[in-house]
Amino acid sequence: MTTAAKLPQAEQASTSRSARIDIDKIRRDFPILARDVRGKKLVYLDNAATSQKPRAVIERIVKYYEQENANIHRGVHFLSELATREHDCAREAVKEFVNAGSTREIIFVRGTTEAINLVAQTYGRANVGAGDEVLITAMEHHSNIVPWQILCEEKGAQLRVAPINDDGELLVGELHKLISPRTKIIALAHVSNALGTVNPVKKIIDCAHSKNIPVLIDGAQAVPHMKVDVQELGADFYTFSSHKMFGPMGIGVLYGKAELLEAMPPYQGGGDMISSVTFEKTTYNKLPFKFEAGTPDVAGAIGLGAAIEYLNQIGMDKIEKYEHELLAYAIEQVSSIPGVRLIGTAKAKTGVLSFIIEGVHPHDVGTILDQEGIAIRTGHHCAQPIMDRFGIPATARASFAFYNRKDEVDALAAGIRRVQEVFN
Amino acid sequence: MPELRELYQEVILEHSKAPRNYRQPATVNQKAEGFNPLCGDRFMVYLDVEGDEIRDIGFQGSGCAISKASASMMTQAVKGKSREEVRKLFETFHKLVTTGETNGNRDDLGKLAVFSGVSEFPVRVKCATLAWHTLQAALEGKQDTISTE
Repeated sequence: MTTAAKLPQAEQASTSRSARIDIDKIRRDFPILARDVRGKKLVYLDNAATSQKPRAVIERIVKYYEQENANIHRGVHFLSELATREHDCAREAVKEFVNAGSTREIIFVRGTTEAINLVAQTYGRANVGAGDEVLITAMEHHSNIVPWQILCEEKGAQLRVAPINDDGELLVGELHKLISPRTKIIALAHVSNALGTVNPVKKIIDCAHSKNIPVLIDGAQAVPHMKVDVQELGADFYTFSSHKMFGPMGIGVLYGKAELLEAMPPYQGGGDMISSVTFEKTTYNKLPFKFEAGTPDVAGAIGLGAAIEYLNQIGMDKIEKYEHELLAYAIEQVSSIPGVRLIGTAKAKTGVLSFIIEGVHPHDVGTILDQEGIAIRTGHHCAQPIMDRFGIPATARASFAFYNRKDEVDALAAGIRRVQEVFN
Repeated sequence: MPELRELYQEVILEHSKAPRNYRQPATVNQKAEGFNPLCGDRFMVYLDVEGDEIRDIGFQGSGCAISKASASMMTQAVKGKSREEVRKLFETFHKLVTTGETNGNRDDLGKLAVFSGVSEFPVRVKCATLAWHTLQAALEGKQDTISTE
């Protein structure tokens, strides 16, 4: 890695004095956090939608385009070899980050959405037939619902949905009851984007495997906030997006067990995914390239590699611990305001705070907070079935990252009081 | 924050809390649904039209303060008007919420002029116009759900 020389210094800075992260230093790493919005200091609390990017990532992408840009896997020239090598390094970094067994199991895609569509359209089409069942949960993002609906419609299969309770926790017993001999795949979120609920995915995977059913885990909201070990979890497929983990937009990862990926038909046809082509017969390339047709987002992959390096320097364990404390503080501050109701009160949660203010539509909450420079998400968060489950049209959602501070939570709480002033 | 008070005028807040004509009229011969899925705003607009005249109008549904107040004040503004009068009024209203201008027709808007602040908040134009587009659809007898997103 090109910035490896900086590592000991950064580590020293972030670990000095205590095992805590140095939040002020971290904030200086993110240029956008210094800007003003509508004359106020930006308070960015929309991290579940997308995260901000550290300078290390931005500069790495600039360096790629200024010094290294070339197409990969085809040129014999210097730059092509360099770009190919850096692209390979990024894949290696991803593999290490989630502890995959091999880089053959790391497929670069556009994001979590494409990763799930890939599995539904390849593994799904090859293995799900008429009368079979696909099992998901009531807290899935639309990207982990619609690809399966498309598959089920095409094949005459059934989509089964495991319910959640009033705290937004998955009813694991009910999910287990929904597993039948016709269940061909289970797909669920590691962490809910709308509620922050952390699902006991290892337990579910173990149960599914005892019945020989593979499991896809949507890890988009988990990977940026906790240490994920795909081998320890035993996940058959695990998907995540770069842009939610401080890397660039437009790239993401499908992890799949090699034996499953080997047996799957390809997703898209084109260059790079083949080893030989004639008009009579095409032989597909080996993993992971079989699933990576066309020129990939090389800069995106390299940028993701830089984001992973940055996260490693801080340490995912420290990030998880810090965010946990910040969430506890936010829950305390926001839930103590009369007239505010939290949606999603699971015991195991990441830094997502969905809430509604009595008598005020979330959209109005969003507009008023925006005037204070506070960026939150309002709406259904691409999870309409969750809104239906709680009987609400939408929520306001504040979501945290490790660069957020307690004073930003205070600003949120003050903003909520301001909303109530305007409306009362 | 003067701009915020421009948007959330007292009249608007009052209408959003106590919407007028929030009901189905006794006779309904034309209706349409408006739905902005990203916001979650959803309204039904019900009409009792005789010949060219809107004899009665009501609406029901849920949405943000801007969309609900806009629907409420729209029902008051269009009752008793002809299709052509409604079309012209919507044209002026649309101009107001998108540009803050009315081409000298501000007087025609009456109370609806309180929505001028919306033009400073481009993402909220879709809220202010949802009920109006839904009304248009009902008048034209369109069956499809209307969206302004």
